[in-house]
Amino acid sequence: MNIRILYFAALRESLGVSAEDFPLPDGVGSVDGVRACLVSRGGNWEKLSAPSVKAAVNQCMAAGGAPVRPGDEVAFFPPVTGG
Amino acid sequence: MSASHISVQHEDFEPGAETAGLGEGRTDVGAVASFVGYVRDANDGSGVFAMTLEHYPGMTERALGEIVEQARARWSLLGVRVIHRVGRLVPGDRIVFVAVAASHRGEAFAACEFIMDYLKTRAPFWKREETPDGARWVDARESDDLAAAKWSDAKGRH
Repeated sequence: MNIRILYFAALRESLGVSAEDFPLPDGVGSVDGVRACLVSRGGNWEKLSAPSVKAAVNQCMAAGGAPVRPGDEVAFFPPVTGG
Repeated sequence: MSASHISVQHEDFEPGAETAGLGEGRTDVGAVASFVGYVRDANDGSGVFAMTLEHYPGMTERALGEIVEQARARWSLLGVRVIHRVGRLVPGDRIVFVAVAASHRGEAFAACEFIMDYLKTRAPFWKREETPDGARWVDARESDDLAAAKWSDAKGRH
């Protein structure tokens, strides 16, 4: 079962991807778990391991331990700079 | 208590009309405090020709709604309007508007500042500036985190 992953701003630009469908591997069920899968792709994906990269699950800010289930929308992005 | 009005839009807004709208047709409003943010022509030591605001559609509206609800839970408010623009803007353009109506000025001032401080650190917007040296993403500021953190201090309550 897939999750939808979105990337924004500088992170989207350096990855060259704004969104993808991602098959959730067995045993992966948290933001940090998804993040580790993506970081293991190497290259620019390692930028996702920076503590400054924030995450949201289903459009709510989420900590690393937040649960991720099939069908969820997960987003990774740099610190926000609106206003 | 009137509904909160939240808008994420490309179009400009008219601060006078938005502010007036909060007190229109009612006699219980004693104070309206408002804030307008503008695009500046310089940032971090270099000129800025323009900036483009990216956001996370869906989450942006939800995050702004939660911030306004937190303000309404904290102070007794009679109306709230939040407008944030997205897309490409140039120096002098309006970028953000917050207005709060309350019975008294203390609540209006405090809630207006609270909403701006939380918006700066919790609403998913990102600025990309066009400068003489090329385009760059704006870095988050520690001072914005500190401004938001002061509201979790009980002394910040009014």
